[in-house]
Amino acid sequence: MEKVGRAPLLNTAVLIAGLFLFWELAYRVVGEIALRSPWETMQFLGGLMQTDVFWFHLADTLKAFTVALAIAVVLGLFVGFALGLHRLSGDAMEPMLVALYSIPKITLYPIILLAFGIGISAKIAFGAIHGIIPVAMFTLSAIRTIRPILIKTGRVLKLNPTVMVREILFPAAVPEIFTGIRVGFSLTLIGTVLGEMFAAQRGLGYLLMNAISLYNVDLIMSVTFLLVLLAASVNTLLLAIDRRLHHG
Amino acid sequence: MSRLRLYQLAIIAGFILLLEGLCLAGVIDKVTMPPPHIIVRDFARMILAGRYFGEIGKSLANVLLAFAVAYVLGVAVGTILHSYRTAREILDPLFATYYAIPVFAFYPLFIVMFGLGDGPQLLIGILLAIVAVIVTVLNGLDRVPPVLKKTARVNGLNPLQTALRVTLPFCAPYLLTAAKLALAYAFIGVIGSEFILARSGMGYEISYAYTNFDNATMYPLILLILLLSITANSLLSHWERVLLTRRGQK
Repeated sequence: MEKVGRAPLLNTAVLIAGLFLFWELAYRVVGEIALRSPWETMQFLGGLMQTDVFWFHLADTLKAFTVALAIAVVLGLFVGFALGLHRLSGDAMEPMLVALYSIPKITLYPIILLAFGIGISAKIAFGAIHGIIPVAMFTLSAIRTIRPILIKTGRVLKLNPTVMVREILFPAAVPEIFTGIRVGFSLTLIGTVLGEMFAAQRGLGYLLMNAISLYNVDLIMSVTFLLVLLAASVNTLLLAIDRRLHHG
Repeated sequence: MSRLRLYQLAIIAGFILLLEGLCLAGVIDKVTMPPPHIIVRDFARMILAGRYFGEIGKSLANVLLAFAVAYVLGVAVGTILHSYRTAREILDPLFATYYAIPVFAFYPLFIVMFGLGDGPQLLIGILLAIVAVIVTVLNGLDRVPPVLKKTARVNGLNPLQTALRVTLPFCAPYLLTAAKLALAYAFIGVIGSEFILARSGMGYEISYAYTNFDNATMYPLILLILLLSITANSLLSHWERVLLTRRGQK
C-alpha cells in the first residue's frame, strides 16, 4: 500500500524539479531582456507581497472569484438537477451546453461589459459564466447515471421530490458533482483573471496587463508565477479529494 | 425531424424572441445591445460587402496553424509517451492540473519574449490545444487490445509502422475527439489573445469596436465567431458519433 501512495508524490517532486530546471535553462538562453530566473522571480514576489498595492489587487480578484464561484455552483447545480430530472430537456440541452462550453467566451465579454459596466460585477458575471457550464454538465450526467434501483427505492418509499433530492439523488451524485465543482473552480478563476486582463482597473489580471505597458518583466513573471502556483496547488488538493470520493 | 430537434429549435427560437422582445421593449437599451434582427441585418451587410474578410482570414489561418501544430505534435508526443511508462507517470500530475492553469496569464510574458506579433497568439493556441491531444491519444492507446500489438510484433513491424498501421488506426475515434478539442482550444487561444492585446485579427476588431461603441460592427463579428465555433464543433461531434456507431461503441 505504501508504495502506491509514495510513487505519485515522488513523480510530482520530479515533475516540479523538472519544470524549474526548464525555467532556469530558458532563462539562461533568453536572458535578462525577457525572463527572470526562478530565484529572482520568487525574490521579487516576496518583495511584492510586502506592498499594499499587491494585496489590494489580490483581494479584488479573490472577492470577484469567490462570488463568481458561489453563483456558478448554485446555478450550475440548479440547472444540472433540473435537466437531469427531466429526460427530454436534458437530451435537448446537453449538446447545447457542450457547444457553449467550446466557444471562445471571451468574445462575449464586451456584451457583459456593456450590460454591467467596468467593475467588479462584470468580472463576477464573466467568471460565473465560465464556471456554470461544467458544474451543470457534471451534475446532469451524475443524476443520469444514478443506479435506477436507488430511485425506485425512493419511489417505493413514496418520498416527496425534496426529500428524494436531499436523501437519495444528491448523496449518490456527490462524487461527480464534486468533479464538476473542481473543473468549475478552475474555469471560474481563469474567467475572472481573463476578464481582468481585457478590461478592469483592479485585480491580478489588470496588474499583469499593466506590467506589459510598463515593460516590467519582474512584475509579469511574479504575477504569472503566483497565478499558476495558486491554480495548480488548489487543483491538486481538489483532485486528491475528488479521487478519494470516487474510490473511497 | 425528431421531437428532440424540434424541442431544441424551439429553445433557440424562444431565446432569440425573448432577446428581441426585451430589446424592443427597452429593457435592454440600444447602447447595450441592438435587437437580434438588426444584428442579423448588420451581419448580412458585413458578409455581402466583404468587410473584415482580411481580418477574418488572418484569424482563421492562425487558428488552423495552431491547431495543425498542436495536433501533429500532440499525436506524436502522445504516441511516444505511451511507450515510456516512467515519463508518463511523471507527467501525469501535469496533465491533471494543466487545464486549471490560466494559460492566458502567459500571454504578457510571450509578448515580452517574442514581440506583439502572431507568435504569442499561436503559442497560446498551441499550448492550450496540445495537452488535450496528448491526453486523448494516451487514453485511446490504452484501449488497444494486446492481441493487435502482438500481431504487429509477429509480423515484424517496427514501432513507427505499428503506430501508423495498427494502434493509431484503432484509435481513430479518439483521434477525432482529439481534433475536436484541439480545434476548440486553438480557436479560444488565438481569438482570446487577439482580444486581450493585438494589432489585427477578428478578436482585435471586436475589442476595437467595443472601445468605439461600434455595436454595428461588434455584434455581427461576435455572431460570426459563435457561428464558426459552434458549426465546427457540431460537425466534428456528428462525425465522432457516426464513427462510434459504425464501430458499435455507442
